[in-house]
Amino acid sequence: MYAVRRWSVRHARGLETGYRLFERAMAALHPLWQKIGYERVEKPVAAMEQAVKGLLFDCRMCGQCVLGSTGMSCPMNCPKSLRNGPCGGVRANGHCEVDPEMACVWVDAVAGGRRMRAGNAALEVVQFAVDQRLSGRSSWLAVAREQAGAPA
Amino acid sequence: MKFEDEPVPGYPLPILPGHTSPGRLERVLRAGAFAVTTELDPPDSADPDDVYRRARVFDGYVDAINATDGSGAHCHMSSLAVCALLTRVGYAPVMQISCRDRNRIAIQGDILGGAAMGVCNMLCLTGDGVETGDHPQAKAVFDLDSLTLLDIGRRLRDEHRFQSGREVTFAPRVFFGAAENPFAPPYEWRPFRLAKKVAAGAQFIQTQYCYDVPRLAEFMRRVNDLGLLDRVFILVGVGPLRSARAAEWMRAHVPGVHIPDAIVKRMAGAERPAAEGRKLCIELIREIREIKGVSGVHVMAYRQEESVAEVIESSGVLDGRTPWHPARDHGLQPSRAAS
Repeated sequence: MYAVRRWSVRHARGLETGYRLFERAMAALHPLWQKIGYERVEKPVAAMEQAVKGLLFDCRMCGQCVLGSTGMSCPMNCPKSLRNGPCGGVRANGHCEVDPEMACVWVDAVAGGRRMRAGNAALEVVQFAVDQRLSGRSSWLAVAREQAGAPA
Repeated sequence: MKFEDEPVPGYPLPILPGHTSPGRLERVLRAGAFAVTTELDPPDSADPDDVYRRARVFDGYVDAINATDGSGAHCHMSSLAVCALLTRVGYAPVMQISCRDRNRIAIQGDILGGAAMGVCNMLCLTGDGVETGDHPQAKAVFDLDSLTLLDIGRRLRDEHRFQSGREVTFAPRVFFGAAENPFAPPYEWRPFRLAKKVAAGAQFIQTQYCYDVPRLAEFMRRVNDLGLLDRVFILVGVGPLRSARAAEWMRAHVPGVHIPDAIVKRMAGAERPAAEGRKLCIELIREIREIKGVSGVHVMAYRQEESVAEVIESSGVLDGRTPWHPARDHGLQPSRAAS
């Protein structure tokens, strides 16, 4: 929801902390995920992730979440899916070129990033092209697997 | 600028040490000359003469000609085809690549194809949304964005590999560019966006129209603070306004164009608005040239392309040099050089 999404950006710092703890918990559960089988938990976890992140960020389930590097403003809500910063069409009032009713997700990202621990440094990292195969899959499980050092 | 190793028109220049392309634009910029580029309005036609006619009006005044790729999400002759026609007679086109209409498979193929046909400069753009164009019912692709496109293009050239990792046997020798708009929010973050583009592979930048010199100066100061000026050539976008109404229309309808009220007022008060617009453009070019780190101007004179020659001539930015054009060195008619 748009209003909740904007709220999340305003509370980027708190969400960052919460997210960090949650990520650690997901990674700690790695043995469990492995025991049940990552593929078997994929569907239910992805559904849960979609529900939670859908509410908080209007998450589009790209499967390679970069919220921590975009000030907790989901870049997939950009009509051009820009993951590396705002396009040149941002309106003078900070709204989107394509949808004038919507605040530019990158104007929000810069505001959200400023509230985060590392400031906007994370926004300055070049994000590589999305892997469209991961669309719909859980980022949480991917992070758990990665942090545990298991192959994806 | 005439080089010692001038090739037969249509053939590439030798690549100098430290250069990535056999192109004229990179040569001019690296030689420290103030470069002038412009934009060709691609025809809604399949007639090659429409392209040559539109290119000819710039002869002797520009170092490179941008071929737009469905700009404003309107359908026209493709940038790849316009570039292929232009390179046949020796022009130095800048092939614009937009991510709106093609995915990474098509785009990487076009980079190879363009380079094979002598295109030495490519401008990596995200592209305008389909909603603003003449085909709002079309599907927007955006598989890549301008940055990931730069990244993929640079690897194709330097690492000789597609994004998939598969090798190419002869890498495209290209001078890669990108766009930037210092005049749109979030203003304070724009220099960082530029830094990201440079990190991804941008070697030159063409900016959106500049009608606000103080804001540009502030942007350039911050770009300098980030240490980027040694790593990228910045060409500032300029263009003559036709009238106050045209200015009003542009700032309302063209995404990312910022025209201060004072400029609109000046245009409204002019007796001969078109002449005033050209005069204003010349003044802007002269002011912009004085800003540290500006390597050239990119003149966008949509539907008044014939005014580019006068604007550039009067601005004096070429310092007496004549950029290459098909008739310059040989006294040939452009049509002869094509044959």
